Amino acid sequence: MTDTGQTPGARLGLKNRTTSDENVRQRYRKERRFKLLGQLALGSAIGMLVFLLVTIVGNGYSGFFQHEIALKVHLDPARLKLGDKRDAESLARTSYGNVIKDALRSEFPDVKGRTDRRALSKLVSKDADTAVRDAVLANPEIIGTTQTIWVKATDDVDTFLKGHMSAVEQWSPDVAAKLSLEGDRVRITAAGSAFRDLQPADGSSYLVSINGGVVKLIDVAGGVAKGEVLVAPRDTATTPAGAWHISAYATPESDRRLNDKAIAWIAKLQAEDRVENRFNVSFFQTGASTAPESAGIWSAVVGSFLTLVVTLAISFPIGVLAALYLEEFAPKNRWTDVIEVNINNLAAVPSIIFGLLGLAVFLTLFGLPRSAPVVGGMVLALMTLPTIIIASRAALKAVPPSIRQAALGMGASRLQTVTHHVLPLAMPGILTGTIIGMAQALGETAPLLMIGMVAFIVDIPGGFTDSATVLPVQIYLWADSPERAFLAKTSAAIMVLLAFLILMNALAVLLRKRFERRW
Amino acid sequence: MLKHILSATTLTVFAGMTLAGTAQARDQIRIVGSSTVFPFSTTVAEQFGKTSGFKTPVVESTGSGGGLKLFCSGVGTDHPDITNASRRIKKSEVEKCNANGITVVEIKVGFDGIVLANSKNGPAFNVARKQVFLALAAKVPGPNGDLIENPYKNWSDVDKSLPNEKIEVLGPPPTSGTRDAFVELVMREGAKEFPQIKALEKKAFRAVSDRIREDGAFVEAGENDNLIVQKLEANPEAVGIFGFSFLDQNADKMQGAVVDGQEPTFENIASGAYPVSRSLFFYVKKEHVGTIPGIAEFVGEFTSDDAAGEDGYLLDKGLIPLPQADLEAYRKAGADLTPLSL
Repeated sequence: MTDTGQTPGARLGLKNRTTSDENVRQRYRKERRFKLLGQLALGSAIGMLVFLLVTIVGNGYSGFFQHEIALKVHLDPARLKLGDKRDAESLARTSYGNVIKDALRSEFPDVKGRTDRRALSKLVSKDADTAVRDAVLANPEIIGTTQTIWVKATDDVDTFLKGHMSAVEQWSPDVAAKLSLEGDRVRITAAGSAFRDLQPADGSSYLVSINGGVVKLIDVAGGVAKGEVLVAPRDTATTPAGAWHISAYATPESDRRLNDKAIAWIAKLQAEDRVENRFNVSFFQTGASTAPESAGIWSAVVGSFLTLVVTLAISFPIGVLAALYLEEFAPKNRWTDVIEVNINNLAAVPSIIFGLLGLAVFLTLFGLPRSAPVVGGMVLALMTLPTIIIASRAALKAVPPSIRQAALGMGASRLQTVTHHVLPLAMPGILTGTIIGMAQALGETAPLLMIGMVAFIVDIPGGFTDSATVLPVQIYLWADSPERAFLAKTSAAIMVLLAFLILMNALAVLLRKRFERRW
Repeated sequence: MLKHILSATTLTVFAGMTLAGTAQARDQIRIVGSSTVFPFSTTVAEQFGKTSGFKTPVVESTGSGGGLKLFCSGVGTDHPDITNASRRIKKSEVEKCNANGITVVEIKVGFDGIVLANSKNGPAFNVARKQVFLALAAKVPGPNGDLIENPYKNWSDVDKSLPNEKIEVLGPPPTSGTRDAFVELVMREGAKEFPQIKALEKKAFRAVSDRIREDGAFVEAGENDNLIVQKLEANPEAVGIFGFSFLDQNADKMQGAVVDGQEPTFENIASGAYPVSRSLFFYVKKEHVGTIPGIAEFVGEFTSDDAAGEDGYLLDKGLIPLPQADLEAYRKAGADLTPLSL
């Protein structure tokens, strides 16, 4: 066999060389095409997955963070309506709204008028009092003193600071600027092209931060700009180059949820390093809220956990017992065939049907409570049962008959054979199937819609009959909320759900790798 | 061993089920109903839970019709205490409620505007309801007066003053309360401007006015208004139909169409000048007051000046408030639990 130059057909000594060579080449071509198609399919699937993950992470990572503002809160016992009481009970029950409002007003004493004051108090979250309350409860000694306390900014401020409200351009001119007051207007004079021929009439807002104050430009002519004072500057001293800057907001003021005044207040706080983007711990501690900055997923996580416990407790024993009976004990006749076909069909039934069944049977007939994890768990158990039965039967089938024969040959009963030998050997496969079924149940919303688990629930559920919601439902509810900040929260919650799913699937893989035996 | 575990778990589960099944006193208000009122109801519920010392009510979004059905199904802790509605309760529903021993108390909380809006990158729209009807109805009056299949492809075919762009409208599906209100306030009103359609008897009139074209010019975009906003952003040629609060929250990206000469602004909707607005309600089950703790207090919170007043916190969520006198009247009705009679 040294004649390597020959075609495969010739080597085989086929009569019609050209046709058979052509045939072989064609077969190789087909194989290459098939491989290419497979790679294309895989590539596009991976591409879509990457796209999905990138969008979710891109939208969602900012949802784990939240801007906070450092407030200098004067804890006046009179404003706290405390009198001489310092016991934990009164400290916890009193309202901290007044001292927070006072703190903001003393920060910006120039703010007058109802509308402006309302806008000012909306810089910090309605939930700000929790932070102050926690600080006071941790150390009641601080009552009567002034403390710097970090409180959450509202969703509008947060959205703005994350850059989702308006495009911002900021620059620091390299020339000195001179301030002079002209009635209620202010004139800023700077040499060269510091103002870049800005046109304040074009709809954008131009704010100048100078001498600790903020000025909104109204009119620019060469090196002279006139503006309205939003936050009063300390003095009118000449400012050196680099110590002042101009910010341009492209979105017109009327189209923003925050007006120029509010932006100026934030700019002042930022200049004093009193605004920070921090990791939002309470996202993992609280329940649903209508305010995006105080909304959390903990209540949904607990609800999901309670629901899955019920699902597992029902579907695992019933599923495994059903599989054992069908595989090991049931006679093979037409009835078991019918049952088998039906189980396979059930696995393909749309999940909303199980929800309707749950509504009709568990709620209407048995009178179980609405929105309760126990009912959710029972509905999801019905949905997961076929998956577990099918996976368990496959795992039992994979145990070689020789094991059973050996056990029976040693005098074991059939029950002993099954419980001592077959079931333990099939367990890794059964558990894998169960975990995958559970992961599927974790991601389900449709059946829960019918039994009232798609609900706004603030309190963290404490038991199986308390009202609860689950993670995917929380995601659905947030996706439907008008507030812009919920977009990031939605993606953040999706990331948490994905993390749980990956964990569960990884556990399934691990179990299979560690304990599965091959024969 | 395994046997023991299996039988133990099975036992626990069944014990748990029986325990859960025994009727238990409920100490938490249950609210169902409209998805439009949902954000307002949840805001009040959250505030109520934080300040009143009662448990935070559970609010479920089931749609106005679904909510009323659950609400009217009976008295007892298995049934909800309050239902939200973005339309008024129907006579048939009140009758069903009464037949089940329920006394209904009606509270109106405010208004909601429905807007036609498109991306800021698209042209500005200034439409009359007659034109919207011509653009979206399945059957419209033809050149010689009889009804023909809607022939209009572009807005400018409907009227020269409208932009020369393809008619592409994203709106809610028929299950939505927003769609009902849109049909009632825009399509029917638009249809009435044609004498030959107006002359039809009620059933035939509805068949013309309520049928929206199905040739692709109107796309049912689902109940999720956020999704409609996102689709409009991506497609500047399309126009969307959704609630005012979504326009309010996305004012940097969306522009609302002027309808019959009125801009969709807060002031115009509150004054009633903007024609496409509807009232929002909730209904209280009188029999549950006193049994379920906190219902009277919750109604008080919802109708308080702090919540639904002229600068209450619900305004931030997009609610358009009632005139002060009306709010006070409904606050009183809520406090006295005045039964509704239609």
